[in-house]
Amino acid sequence: MSATDPAPRTAPAHTAPPARPLPGDGHSHRHVLVAIVLNRPGVLNRVSSLMRARNFNIDTLAVSHTDQPEVSRMTLTLHGDDVAVEQAAKQLYRLIDVLKVQDVTSDPTVEHEIALIKVHASDRNRGEVLTIADMYKAKVVDLAAESLIVEATGTEAEVDALIALLRGFGIKELVRSGTVVMSRGTGSIEEAVKR
Amino acid sequence: METTDDGPGRSPAATTGDSPRSRINHMPGAGSERAEAISAGRHEMLHDTLRKEIKSLAERGLKRPRIGADAVCESLLRQSAEVVLGFPGGVLLPLYDVLGDYPELRHILVRHEQGAAHAADGFARATGKVGVCLATSGPGATNLVTGIGNAMLDSVPMVAITGNVVSSLLGKDAFQEIDITGITLPCTKHNYLVRDPNEIPRVFAEAFHIARTGRPGPVHIDLTKDALMGVCTAGHPDKVDLPGFKPNLDGHPRQIKFAAQEIAKAQRPVILAGHGVLISDAMDELKELAEKAQIPVAHTLLGVSAMDETHPLSLGWVGMHGWKHVNKAIQSADLLIALGMRFDDRVTGHVPTFAPYARIIHVDIDPAEIGKNVAVEVPIVGDVKRVLRALIPLVEPVSRETRAAYLDELAEWRIESEKTPWHGSGAWRNGQLSADFVVSRIGEASNHDATIVADVGQNQMWAARYAGFRRPNSHISSGGLGTMGYGLPAAMGAAVGLPDKETWAIVGDGGLQMTSQEMMTLVQDHIPVKIALLNNHKLGMIRQWQELVYAGNYHSSNLLGPDWCKLAEAYGIPGFQATTPAEVDEAIASARAVDGPALIEFVIAAEQNVYPMMPAGKGLSDLLEEQFEEPKQ
Repeated sequence: MSATDPAPRTAPAHTAPPARPLPGDGHSHRHVLVAIVLNRPGVLNRVSSLMRARNFNIDTLAVSHTDQPEVSRMTLTLHGDDVAVEQAAKQLYRLIDVLKVQDVTSDPTVEHEIALIKVHASDRNRGEVLTIADMYKAKVVDLAAESLIVEATGTEAEVDALIALLRGFGIKELVRSGTVVMSRGTGSIEEAVKR
Repeated sequence: METTDDGPGRSPAATTGDSPRSRINHMPGAGSERAEAISAGRHEMLHDTLRKEIKSLAERGLKRPRIGADAVCESLLRQSAEVVLGFPGGVLLPLYDVLGDYPELRHILVRHEQGAAHAADGFARATGKVGVCLATSGPGATNLVTGIGNAMLDSVPMVAITGNVVSSLLGKDAFQEIDITGITLPCTKHNYLVRDPNEIPRVFAEAFHIARTGRPGPVHIDLTKDALMGVCTAGHPDKVDLPGFKPNLDGHPRQIKFAAQEIAKAQRPVILAGHGVLISDAMDELKELAEKAQIPVAHTLLGVSAMDETHPLSLGWVGMHGWKHVNKAIQSADLLIALGMRFDDRVTGHVPTFAPYARIIHVDIDPAEIGKNVAVEVPIVGDVKRVLRALIPLVEPVSRETRAAYLDELAEWRIESEKTPWHGSGAWRNGQLSADFVVSRIGEASNHDATIVADVGQNQMWAARYAGFRRPNSHISSGGLGTMGYGLPAAMGAAVGLPDKETWAIVGDGGLQMTSQEMMTLVQDHIPVKIALLNNHKLGMIRQWQELVYAGNYHSSNLLGPDWCKLAEAYGIPGFQATTPAEVDEAIASARAVDGPALIEFVIAAEQNVYPMMPAGKGLSDLLEEQFEEPKQ
């Protein structure tokens, strides 16, 4: 064979066969996953390392222990199509310390996050800031001469909207906890792992 | 057995009649003590029933206190892990100090930790038991990582043990300290850092359970020096408590019913057998399903040897360098029954062009493999053996006659496909020695019963294509990670695990130069591996790609090597050489006659390529094939 002619020699004689679809529909949207994990050293590292290695980008991640001290609960939000996120959940299941993973995106849930926003506010416009905060049921938790801290809770979208309105005053500092979520009704994700 | 230009007895016609070759037992040395040990090992792996009682220190007549290192040795013995491949170091000395008190444990001193990991991997693949390797902190531990990653990608049960600095020095950049659990985290099934000697019994019981249960894989245990030295009072647990690890073994009955319906409807079904068939010991069930519904069986690279290749329904190996007729069968199939395989890109090629007319049944024990690379119609999560046992009674029997047109067409394709790339005279161009011939002669000479361990590259492809595999797990190859240097140490482990089977390492001159130091281990520990070096003085697969894909820009693929026979002899290994087809059989016979390791250097054609070849990014229908030169007038 000649070294300069790498192309395949024979074109297939048949007509083009149907293309096999790739897994997933490619429609990326926001998903919320709840993972119940053993509260062991390194478990957060295992989860985040896996998401990085498998090329999933976590938008938010909130971790705390549950009513059982040996069990922790993680809420992850990420973007991807349904198949990709299902794959992320299945990969999480492979971790020995992961007890349960559930995609609660389409379940009826209560979904909240908390944000602390330190915003410029002088005597001139403090009233305006307070009115906006009040409209979003946010609290003022600290007051200084030139600034105040607004504590807001709500869905990611609600907190986004408040931040957008406050941006005009000048945000000095912003911290968000990441979304936490709980299914409505009597059912419990943790029930299955109670010991 | 005569070898003709038609190929080494591969045509379907060669499988009829009661030739001595067709009477070879399906199981390794069936009835032998070794075979029983293996089947016990596989049983343990599947059912986790072992809890061997072992002698205490007092029963051994020792008056010293029981320390963490003793708990390590006891744990290994309880788990039937009698062979440990390792290399000592400062923090492991407490363990090496007590190893001598456990004469039932066989420690094999390797020459490089990578060799220990590959040997444990080869041991595990040959026997079905968990392989164990041992290395010290820092560089010892990082040297294991390649072997651990190799075991991870190929789902090989392994426990890798490392030492670490005393726990008070962790994180202080102490001498030979590295965050090895951080390094192995993404390439192990699970890992542990143990600082307390009393945790050792539990951690080892869990590690072995995790390594061999469900989809097998490597588990890493990092032991601090104080954990090894401290007094251990904890007993060994009778069972493990892992609430987050409950693999689903039985397939869903509804899905299995759907699978049976798909099989009943299919006109051109093909079974794709992967490593999972061998791991779950489902060789008999595979054969039964194939025969009951007359379905031809294709193998992935790691599925090679899951079915006797002379079986009339065994089709051959699929994928990038697989057989053309098999790839054609996949591309024309209307149903793929994928058993314990993961649709690797070397199998599918460009996914949109893969098996365009086929519906897919996918059986795998790991739910994450379902729908990962290819969308499937009938997913079944479960152990292949159990799923097949449930499926076979639901499958309608099909006669050979019903499928005659289909099977005859496949047989026709096969005759053509086997003839094209085969150099039956032993000569490639200008009389140079042809690698396919060499490999097939090794298969013949060892009666297709030897464990054949390949390295990575062209040698690996020739080994899988031409050695001819009859016995389950007789083919060992680094599939997922493609680790050059794997061949020799893995063969070492395989030979230790199956001492009554001949073991061949088929390696290239590139790979052997990466781990050739283990030749000394072969000699010191009397491990009779026969090394078949296919020496083309090239990095052959690199050269092949540079020829075919990079327009002949041969950069860094010419390889200088030592005088191999002299090198082998320097290690105390008899070396033989064959440079022409006529010398091949005699060299093989000479090596086989050696009581111990031996090396044969086959000086093969430097520019021979492996064909057919699916170029990267293309599909199974776009194979490059060898262009034969017109005979000179």
